[in-house]
Amino acid sequence: MNKKSLSKQIYDARWCYVFVLPCLILTGMFVIYPIGMSWYFSLLDWSGFTKEAKFIGLQNYYEAVNDEFFWDAFIRSFIFMFGTVPVKIVLGFIIAVFLNNQVLKLAPFFRTVIFMPVVTAIAIIGIVMTFVFSPFNGPANKFLMSTNLTSAPIDFLGNPDTVLPTVMGVYVWKWLGITMMYWLAALQTVPQDVYDAAKIDGAEGYRLWIHIILPIVLPFAIVIILVEAVGALNVFPLIETMTAGGPFFSSEVMEIYIFRTAFVTDSGTMPRLGYACAAGVFWGVAVLFITVLQGLWMRRTRRI
Amino acid sequence: MSKYLNFIAEKNQVKYLIITIAFIIFSFFWIYPLLWVLSASFKTDFEIWGGLGLIPDRLVWENFERAWFGANMGRYFFNTLIITVVSVIIVVVTTGMFGYVIGRYSFPGKKILIGILIGTIFIPQGYTIIPVFDLLNNLNISKNLIGLTLATAGHTPVIYILLFAGYFSRVPVELEEAAKMDGAGFVRTFISIMLPLTKPVVATVSILQVLHAWNDFLLPVVITLGNPDIRTLSVGVYAFKGEYFVDWSGMAAASVITILPIIILFLFMQKYFVEGVQGAVKG
Repeated sequence: MNKKSLSKQIYDARWCYVFVLPCLILTGMFVIYPIGMSWYFSLLDWSGFTKEAKFIGLQNYYEAVNDEFFWDAFIRSFIFMFGTVPVKIVLGFIIAVFLNNQVLKLAPFFRTVIFMPVVTAIAIIGIVMTFVFSPFNGPANKFLMSTNLTSAPIDFLGNPDTVLPTVMGVYVWKWLGITMMYWLAALQTVPQDVYDAAKIDGAEGYRLWIHIILPIVLPFAIVIILVEAVGALNVFPLIETMTAGGPFFSSEVMEIYIFRTAFVTDSGTMPRLGYACAAGVFWGVAVLFITVLQGLWMRRTRRI
Repeated sequence: MSKYLNFIAEKNQVKYLIITIAFIIFSFFWIYPLLWVLSASFKTDFEIWGGLGLIPDRLVWENFERAWFGANMGRYFFNTLIITVVSVIIVVVTTGMFGYVIGRYSFPGKKILIGILIGTIFIPQGYTIIPVFDLLNNLNISKNLIGLTLATAGHTPVIYILLFAGYFSRVPVELEEAAKMDGAGFVRTFISIMLPLTKPVVATVSILQVLHAWNDFLLPVVITLGNPDIRTLSVGVYAFKGEYFVDWSGMAAASVITILPIIILFLFMQKYFVEGVQGAVKG
C-alpha cells in the first residue's frame, strides 16, 4: 500500500524532474510549441516577414482545398509512398535473406556497400543525381546508349512522365540499406533451433519460409512498414535538390508545395506563411491519421 | 549462439560462386554513383562528360582548392562541424538524463511525459519548420550558429531516449545502492556510476546524431539560405549549384568534401550505426 501523499512523492522525486527538464525544454521549444503555433499561423493572412498579420479564420484552409496544385501534390505524395515502400520492403527482404547466410564470406562487405548511400548527405545525392541522369552525356544515358538499350538520350528529370519514377528510384537506392538492416535484425531473432527443427520435419524451400519464418518476422514487418511509410512522406531534401518539384510541378509533393508557398518568391508572388501553415496542418493531420490507423492495425496483429 | 539460416550450403560451390558474383556485380552498380562523383572531383570538366571510366588522367587537386576557398566550403565545413559537435553534446546529455530517469524511477507524471514523447515521433519536419524559423527570429538567434545548433539538437530524439532508458533499466540495483551507502547523491550516482556504464549507448546515440546533424537539409536551408555566413555544407553545395552552375568539377569536389567525413566515420564505426538503426524496430 502506498500511503505517501502526492506532494511527498513529488518531493522525493525532485531530482527526477530536474533531470527531465533540459530535454523537455528543447522538445517544447522545437517540437511542441511549433505544432501549436502552426495551428495558429494557419488562421492568419501573413507573409511572415512583416509584423502585419490579419486573422482570417479558416479562409486559408478553404483556399487550400480548392487549389488544384494542393491536391495534385497531396496525391503525388501518396503515389510516392505506394510506389516506393513495397519495393523497398520486398527488395530489402530478399537482400537480407541472402546476406544472412554465414557461409557467404563477402556478406559484411556487401552489407557495407548497400548501406553506403544511407550515410551520404541527401542533398548531395540529389545534386549528384542531376549529373548522373543528365541528358547531356550523363553516365546513366551514356551507359544505356553504349549498351544499345536506347538510341536517343532520355531526359529523365526534364520529362514530366519520367521524373517521378526516376526520383522514386533514387529514393529507393538511397534508403534501401536501412530497410535491409531492419530485416536483418528481424531475421536474427529467428532462433537456430527453429531452423533445425524445421529441417528435421522436412520443411524445405518455400514451405520453410511460408510456414516457419514468415510468421516469426511478421510483427517486425508491420513496424517496418509503418516506419517506411512515414519516411516516404518526408522527401523534401531529395526532391528539392533534384528537381525542386519540376518540370511544370510534375514532381511536386506536399512538402515541396508547402516550402514553395512559404518561402519561394521566384515567381514574384509574396511568400505566404499563413497559407503554407494551413497546408502543413492539413498535411500533418493526414499523416497522423495514417499513423494511427497503422498503429491500430499493428496492435491487432500483435495480439493474435 | 548463431542465428543464421545457411541455405547456401558450403558443398554446393557452383551456387555459392554464382551468388557471390551476382552480388559483386550488383554492388558495383550500386556504388557507382558515389565512385563516379569521387572520380569526377579529380577530373577536368571536359573529362567528366567524356566517358564512363572512373580513373582520372591526372589528379586535378585544383578542384578542391576552388571549392574550399572560392566557394567557401572551408567555412561551411567548420560551421557544420561546430553544429554537429555541439548538438551531439547537447543531445547526449539531455536524452541521457531523461532516459536515466524514465528507465529507473517511477514518479508522478511519468506516464504523461512518455505519452507526449510518443505523440511527437511521427511529426514531419515540414510541419514544424515555419514556427521554428519564426521562433529563432523572435529570440534573435536566427542569424548565428546558436539558433541552428539548438534547433538541430531539438528535433525529436525519442529513439535516443528509448535507447538510454532501455539500457539504464537493465543496470543492477546493487550498484546504485552501493553508491548510496558511500554517500553519493542522485547527481553523483548518475555521473560517476551510471554514465560510464552506458558508453555503448552514448556511442550509438552520438553516431545517429552526427548523421542527422551533418546531413540535415530542410532546417539549415530555411534558416541559412539568406545568410551565407552560417551555411552548412549541404546548403553550401546546393547554393553552389545555383551560383556556379557550370563548374561541374568544383561541385563534385564540394560534394566529396561534404560526404567523405561521414563515410569514413561509418566505415570505422559501422557497429554503432547498425545498432542505432536496428534499435528503431527492435524496441
